[in-house]
Amino acid sequence: MTVRISDDAVAIACGADEVAAAFIAAGEAVERVSSWGMQWLEPLVDIDGVGYGPVSADQVADILKDTAPSLGRIADHPFIANQTRLTFSRAGKTRPLSLDDYYASEGWLGLAKAREMGAQAAIDTVMASGLRGRGGAGFPAGIKWQTVARADGEQKYIVCNADEGDSATFADRMVMEGDPFMLIEGMAIAGFAVGANKGYVYIRSEYPHAIAKMEAAIKLAAHLIAPFVVEVRVGAGAYVCGEETSLLNSLEGKRGEVRAKPPLPALEGLFGKPTIVNNVLTLAAVPWILAHGGDAYAAFGAGRSKGTMPIQIAGNVKHGGLFEVAFGITLGELVNEIGGGTASGRPVRCVQVGGPLGAYIPPEQFHLPLDYEAFAAADALVGHAGITVFDDTVDMAQMARFAMEFCAVESCGKCTPCRLGSTRGVETLDQIIAGKNVEANLALIADLSETMKFGSLCALGGFTPYPVMSAIKHFPEDFR
Amino acid sequence: MASIADILAEHKDREGPLLPILHDVQKAFGHVSEDAMREIASALNLTRAEVYGVVSFYHDFRKEAEARPVLKLCRAEACKARGVEALVPIADNQSRVKVEAIYCLGLCAVGPSAMVGDKVYARLDDAKFKTLLEAM
Repeated sequence: MTVRISDDAVAIACGADEVAAAFIAAGEAVERVSSWGMQWLEPLVDIDGVGYGPVSADQVADILKDTAPSLGRIADHPFIANQTRLTFSRAGKTRPLSLDDYYASEGWLGLAKAREMGAQAAIDTVMASGLRGRGGAGFPAGIKWQTVARADGEQKYIVCNADEGDSATFADRMVMEGDPFMLIEGMAIAGFAVGANKGYVYIRSEYPHAIAKMEAAIKLAAHLIAPFVVEVRVGAGAYVCGEETSLLNSLEGKRGEVRAKPPLPALEGLFGKPTIVNNVLTLAAVPWILAHGGDAYAAFGAGRSKGTMPIQIAGNVKHGGLFEVAFGITLGELVNEIGGGTASGRPVRCVQVGGPLGAYIPPEQFHLPLDYEAFAAADALVGHAGITVFDDTVDMAQMARFAMEFCAVESCGKCTPCRLGSTRGVETLDQIIAGKNVEANLALIADLSETMKFGSLCALGGFTPYPVMSAIKHFPEDFR
Repeated sequence: MASIADILAEHKDREGPLLPILHDVQKAFGHVSEDAMREIASALNLTRAEVYGVVSFYHDFRKEAEARPVLKLCRAEACKARGVEALVPIADNQSRVKVEAIYCLGLCAVGPSAMVGDKVYARLDDAKFKTLLEAM
């Protein structure tokens, strides 16, 4: 009998360590594995493939006596069975820091194939896969890699953006905590492909478990990726450092202020050297692509959004967690069918997709397919594919105010529309909430939003108008 | 306890060492003092203003020590959707623990969530939050 319990941050925060200790006290051996991603069931206990959850320590005796209700076979659970797990193929199954488990599940196969086919062929494979940057911008990864490969310079860098600050996103965290070797392998492939010998993983300080796992995994895998070297760098609580140029400044030891582009980081990035900056999920998709071929990856997806996306369903939702699926699935399917509606049991009022800079979307638009172009056409963004569900108790004027407040707290200060506009936005929304000159102030917010959108260098100031204006557009009754 | 000189020596071969140094100083001393900034600036051949600029930019670094225990409560959208704002009055009605807002711990389907040091807590309700504060 093998008892498997996740040691990812969600499981631990929900009491998994206490549950594991209770099994050990009862004389059972416990394997700490990655999380299946069914977070409403954490701590989830997996005994020879059969699931129990959420489990508390005092239920352990009943589980061992076989008198506790089980969830049946975890792999057959509809939440898991309906996914297409490429990046998360090992989730729930392997011990994050076990090289044996990693080898036994196609680990290092992508890197071996890349070395065998050569650098240019590896870039061509990524190009053929249609993989687009998973951080939010959706820029084709292959083109970025090709640009860095062709750039002049002895020293080049691979920078992994693990500054996953958007609310409702946790896929990067799950990769780092659950399958760190996959990310290291992806970075090593990128390094081999473009001729970079050094990689940095910039992880936010709010993720202590991810930092610990990555540091341990890098030590264990150092000999397998040599001469490529990976180093973890820890952020310091600045949301804006998730923006790539701000992240580069932070890595260099500076204030995390945004840089103007051009020059592109691909040509003048970290310390002015050619640099790939890719999100965790982008790099984590690479080992599968190299192992199975670019065409196999491109066979998934819709339109120009190829492959799968690990979607994060969060907030007030019954079945929250990680759902990896090919692009093209509709919001309605994700929220109502897979997510099961709200946790509170009340009607869904809206969802926010893409984090604090993403639009609020009402149920009338739940027919939207998850696809970069379809979302852009509806004035929304896919971003890092986090979905926050809200029930009908939400006050959208307060959420619009919060978007401006968040921008004011996190603005790096470089662009005036963002630095000052966000504070003026909070004040103006406070006037609206207080019922003062509502129509004139709403017109002012619309004007301010235009200024922020077109007058800011990065997405923080540029996209804060999305949640604000979408809240006003779809829920006008909350503002009047 | 490590001295600032020890910490500086440990990071001397790193590229762009300022953030790792500041993290270690903060960890060892609980804050980054003006004297520490002076010593770091001198060692890295930076101006004091540059180091001060970095320390003041990032939310994680404190210029003054915090005597109280600190709890970081997530107040981002997903935790708001799950009711964190109802916990805020509990935090406001006590002064023994410093409760700071944080924006996202990546526990967004099991909020409201909080962090104390490196320990994370989820599914907080009134009772659990009170117990957590009292235990600090």
